[in-house]
Amino acid sequence: MLTAHGLTCVRGERRLFAGLDLAVGPGEWLHVRGENGAGKTSLLRLLVGLMMPAEGEIRWDGTPVAKLTDEYRRQMLFLGHHGAVKEELTTLENLHFAAALDGAELPEREALAALHRFGLRGREELPVRFLSAGQKRRVLLARLVTRKAKLWVLDEPFTALDVKAVDMLSALIGEHLAAGGMAVLTSHQAMPIAGGRVLQL
Amino acid sequence: MNAILAIIRRDLLLAMRRKSEVLTAVFFFVIVTSLFPLGIGPESALLKKIAPGVLWVAALLATMLGLQRMFAPDHHDGTLEQMLLSPTPLGLLVGGKIAAHWLLSGLPLVLLAPVLGLQFDLDAGALGVLMLALLLGTPLLSLIGAIGAALTLGLRGGGVLLSLLVLPLYVPALIFGAGAVEAHVSGLGAGGHLSLLAALLALAIFFAPWATTAALRIALE
Repeated sequence: MLTAHGLTCVRGERRLFAGLDLAVGPGEWLHVRGENGAGKTSLLRLLVGLMMPAEGEIRWDGTPVAKLTDEYRRQMLFLGHHGAVKEELTTLENLHFAAALDGAELPEREALAALHRFGLRGREELPVRFLSAGQKRRVLLARLVTRKAKLWVLDEPFTALDVKAVDMLSALIGEHLAAGGMAVLTSHQAMPIAGGRVLQL
Repeated sequence: MNAILAIIRRDLLLAMRRKSEVLTAVFFFVIVTSLFPLGIGPESALLKKIAPGVLWVAALLATMLGLQRMFAPDHHDGTLEQMLLSPTPLGLLVGGKIAAHWLLSGLPLVLLAPVLGLQFDLDAGALGVLMLALLLGTPLLSLIGAIGAALTLGLRGGGVLLSLLVLPLYVPALIFGAGAVEAHVSGLGAGGHLSLLAALLALAIFFAPWATTAALRIALE
């Protein structure tokens, strides 16, 4: 269970939001909405611990996140605006490296299955720079399948995806929630996933 | 530990895919050190005297070339964020990146130095000391450079600032590194210089990843 109390975010001289409360329990997801520059990405970066809140506290299962960094990081997966995908490496190498960074072994079979699920069959050995923008996003999103995490924090996951990929990702998030997972995501589109709450910034 | 090895393996793999970056630094080292004997002519006494200084200054500058790209690509494509969020402590991952930088831009210099030293008429003993000094000194350059690279991450015109920041910090390595060869040639023995170089290295191995990590956290805020 992820809870935050009285979050305040200040970027430069501007106060983006103040006194924000939120709670996400198992099987729930939070849809963060707001105009450009409202602080959606900043909120996600606060939640994953890339930034410190000016005021307020974030708790994971009741314990402040600052006190259980390792434990929290193991259970949380953050996919940001940037790909975190290396252009020179192949799709398969990218997945293996991402898993290694998490300190986990990724069996070849699972990595291939994840790529195939995201429609990248036949492109396993292709350097990522030869892929289209949407396909690069798919490589990134394949991590959702290979990495076991309870909490998904996704920044604009639907950017550059085609209709089929959007449906597939929605289904994937649905499965994750049905299995007791949690998700916080930003998106400008309305999303066809049940059990969501909207947080308007 | 696996995560560190994975980082080293990935950086080496990336370097193999874009060879030009690594080769630029190595060729720079070779060409700069070769220009001096050509310019000065066959005066072996003078060449012998300037050899350690020239080789060390060239090594410093060659290491500088790759420094700016140490964290910049990872910062640009978001890998650095993922490293920060990894369950493995960032300090260890940064250690892996520094090790990869040394393998790519420090180790080739150590291996090339004896060949280039021949141009300066250094004898076998002096070449051995030179190699040993570089073997202790180049990791030190990578470690100190990592702090500078992290501090200037994401800044416009960071390249010039990086040189201004890092080169003064390289001075002790230069003094003891070049001094070791000179001491050996003049018959004083290189032990003292090499010990000091090793002490600096030990200190840097302990503190540099820590300082680099702190700087990276600030850059990512």
